[in-house]
Amino acid sequence: MSQAASSISTRTIRQSSWWKRHQQKLTPIIFLTPGLLFFVVYVIWPILSSLTISLYQWDGLSPKTFIGLENYIMLFDDEYFYVALWNNVKWLVCFMLAVPVGLGLAIFLNQTIFGIRVVKSLFFFPFVISQVVIGLIFTWFYRPDYGAIAPFLNFIGLEGWSILADEDYATYGIIFAGLYPQIAYCMILYLTGLNNINSDQIEAGRMDGAKSFSLFWNIVLPQLRPATFLAIVVTVIGALRSFDMVAIMTQGGPWGSTNVLAYYMFEQALSEYGYRMGYGSAIAAILFTIMMFYIVFFIYRMYQNEKKGL
Amino acid sequence: MFPTPIQKRPFFNQVSYKILVPFSLAIWLVPLAGIMMTSIRGLGDITAGNLWGTPSEFLFFSNMADVFQNTPMLSYIINSFKITIPTMIGAVALSCMTGFALAAYKFKANLFIFFTFIAGNFVPFQILMIPVRDLTFQMGLYDTITGLVLFHVAFQTGFCTLFMRNFIKALPHELLEAARIDGTSEFNIFLKIVLPLTRPAIAALCVLIFTFIWNDYFWATVLIQGQHAMPVTAGLKSLNGQWISAYHLLSAGSIMAAIPPVMMFFLMQKHFIAGLTLGASKG
Amino acid sequence: MRKILATLIAIASLGYSSAFAGTLVINTDTSDPAPKAAFEWIINKFEEENPDVTVEWNLFDHEGYKQSIRNFLNTNPPDVANWYAGNRMLPFVRAGLFEDVSDIWADSGWVDGNLTENMEHAKKSMTIGGKQWGIPYTYYQWGVYYRKDLFTMNGISVPKTWDEFVAACATLKEAGITPITIGSKYLWTTAGVFDYLNLRTNGYEFHMDLTLGKVPYTDPKVQAVFDKWDELVKPGYFLENHAALSWQEALAPMVNGEAAMYVMGNFAVAPLKEAGLSDSNLGFFQFPEITPGIPMAEEAPTDTVHIPSMAKNKTDAKRFLIFMSRADVQEEVNKMLGQLPINSKSGVKKGDPFLAAGLDMLNNAYAMAQFYDRDAPAEMASEGMKGFQEYMSNPDRRQKILERLEKVRQRVYK
Repeated sequence: MSQAASSISTRTIRQSSWWKRHQQKLTPIIFLTPGLLFFVVYVIWPILSSLTISLYQWDGLSPKTFIGLENYIMLFDDEYFYVALWNNVKWLVCFMLAVPVGLGLAIFLNQTIFGIRVVKSLFFFPFVISQVVIGLIFTWFYRPDYGAIAPFLNFIGLEGWSILADEDYATYGIIFAGLYPQIAYCMILYLTGLNNINSDQIEAGRMDGAKSFSLFWNIVLPQLRPATFLAIVVTVIGALRSFDMVAIMTQGGPWGSTNVLAYYMFEQALSEYGYRMGYGSAIAAILFTIMMFYIVFFIYRMYQNEKKGL
Repeated sequence: MFPTPIQKRPFFNQVSYKILVPFSLAIWLVPLAGIMMTSIRGLGDITAGNLWGTPSEFLFFSNMADVFQNTPMLSYIINSFKITIPTMIGAVALSCMTGFALAAYKFKANLFIFFTFIAGNFVPFQILMIPVRDLTFQMGLYDTITGLVLFHVAFQTGFCTLFMRNFIKALPHELLEAARIDGTSEFNIFLKIVLPLTRPAIAALCVLIFTFIWNDYFWATVLIQGQHAMPVTAGLKSLNGQWISAYHLLSAGSIMAAIPPVMMFFLMQKHFIAGLTLGASKG
Repeated sequence: MRKILATLIAIASLGYSSAFAGTLVINTDTSDPAPKAAFEWIINKFEEENPDVTVEWNLFDHEGYKQSIRNFLNTNPPDVANWYAGNRMLPFVRAGLFEDVSDIWADSGWVDGNLTENMEHAKKSMTIGGKQWGIPYTYYQWGVYYRKDLFTMNGISVPKTWDEFVAACATLKEAGITPITIGSKYLWTTAGVFDYLNLRTNGYEFHMDLTLGKVPYTDPKVQAVFDKWDELVKPGYFLENHAALSWQEALAPMVNGEAAMYVMGNFAVAPLKEAGLSDSNLGFFQFPEITPGIPMAEEAPTDTVHIPSMAKNKTDAKRFLIFMSRADVQEEVNKMLGQLPINSKSGVKKGDPFLAAGLDMLNNAYAMAQFYDRDAPAEMASEGMKGFQEYMSNPDRRQKILERLEKVRQRVYK
């Protein structure tokens, strides 16, 4: 009896000492496993799987047929693809406006007057609301006949001009709507940045009689670099993910002229009128490749910081 | 402080600033005013194109009642909660663990795993769409709330891990070392020392994830079909019915859909902004 | 002995059927208020008449259903599902996912059925490969809705021929009125115009050949359709900015008296009336004749019910389909839907001139098309309608568009 008990206790001790010796190594594994498992199953594996599917012809109902690179060959012969790609470029470039405008707003609002906190929250408001709602509002906004901008258009002699029906401008109309919450986002990043800048340097600059602009350019802006970096990163990602707005405002129309890769992929693979899983995956692969440039850039920067931190 | 505090400016500037602020705020909020206006109109006004003029009838409450009685809006909203809250709990719980593991331990694959989480977080949704949909299908979870929640948890874990790891990393390392010397087990270090300290980060993440998931539209379209599981964003789109684009109901519904994240934002503003701007002030 | 055996079989089969009877799973896409109410009524009535059956009803969102049906037919088939007639059901029939229900159509012994007689005119659109695959229960007409007062004011009478139609447009345009309103943001409205132009220029058979992919889009006969379309597009007879507007937003100019006509389905009447028009100033006429002598086929999208081939309770499913074909059921349902019953023994809501006109037109129709996006396969339809929309804004790009559609046709029908 006592022998048994003691053998159990030695075993426990041995076990616990084994555990003690190894817990530094094992704990991170145990803590990482559930999260990693989820992430691998739902994010890493699907990426590889999508890349594979892009080599097949598949309608989701019948068996897949391997067709090699044919999806990509078709893609490069597809004028809608180029339209979508070009629109993505427009999104990337124009969406960047959110960064300076957000900065401007932040500077404008970085004061302490009565009620400014509420004002700041209200300016930030659009970011909290779903893009579906924003998209719906702006669609009404743009209505050529009774929209909010109709009186203005009449005034400048563009009566009845409908931006969302004009193949040359519709994309800009959507981007403008997309900028609304994005500016709010950048603004809040900069407001925090402004809160944290070193006021001694600014005071010193003021003593030296630096003009507002040179103060801003030489002292404030460099200190805002982290905020700027973050603002650029979220804006680029936002621009490339521009799905919701397009889906709500134009569904890629008129005649595909506002398509972006994110929406075109969905339209080809899963919308009412298309079940081209392989083709859709090929579009997704292209989008993924573009995004990879930014991801690598971002990670490289983080890696530099980590090395500094060590 | 930058810019110069307005109080130090000439009187004229102060006055014009105080006028300019509410004025610019009013312009900024015009789109939101538009949706308020639409929600009080009747279908007659909408079809006649009277979107910005004086409403011919004041129907806000009847529209709201209409939305609840004749559309599944209420169940959409309930679904949104059923999707959002478990996702929030799941993703935050998982990422507390992964964040801790990546912040408190040195091992070979550490940075690699960390960067994998970050990279995955930035990936375009479209590259995941077909396989995730298939996978959900094969698990018998297509068109269910569970299926959508599982995916959201997995995807948000990437972002949350980045967040938690950086937060825990910034905690004084001596705290952990001291506990270890006292013989505290690693589990207890996590539970008794690290978790209590990460409370602000957890709060910030909860608010952020709540907003992100509540406003998700893409995955709701991909993984949900029936209204029994559809969240409010996709529901709003489908309120754009087959034959009737009921804008007045749509905007009444939009307002309802916006209320929970807006409430969350105003109640938890500090945490929300702290979460969003993590990294805006330092490296 | 034989008697006993027969009784045994009867008992066994009773046991058999009651093992399967009990629940009948029905999936529908009737999420909009009126169709939803109609199906609520249908299910209550069916359960009332068949106390041994409990209906389990899954209501899907109308838009999402188009995707979900592809999934549930394979993975989790109900006993009854609603869908559409014509080539829209072709992929499911081909994949063996719909049950052949020719026996319901053939057997006149069913209570109140007699489909051969009462629904003969709709049989064509339910037939693939000589068999019938479902039961239609409602449809509605398409045609031209117009402002009577604007016509009278400008001395225009209802056009019967193409020349009269074009002349009417010219008069209206002259008077500063947009002759035809249209909102093409969601594309499908353009297909209504195309279908009618093709049905009237080349006839029903050619239209079906085209939507079945047997004719190239660069065919001279297709060019002829666009020649007619040019006569409306080039002088600017359609609403400007149509690409920015949904079909419903395009009703506004008509309500406000700024536009006179709309090529539309009958569902447009309700919102038009809600916005203030009435029977006194809103009218309907059949799309005018283009090529003389070609029999007049009409656009009449039909909603149907089907039995998935993997359904568990086919016995009760058939009872349900027969129930749906009955004259009294179709009459009541269509009163609720504000549409037209297929069963010719059913009455229509009294005092609705639009339904009356539609019923009269469809009963005399040579054949019925289901609508371009139901007659042509989905991928072709989507590209086609995109092309129509682009053409309506840029008529000079016609050739390029048709060549693109031809490329798509060769891929889709491969």
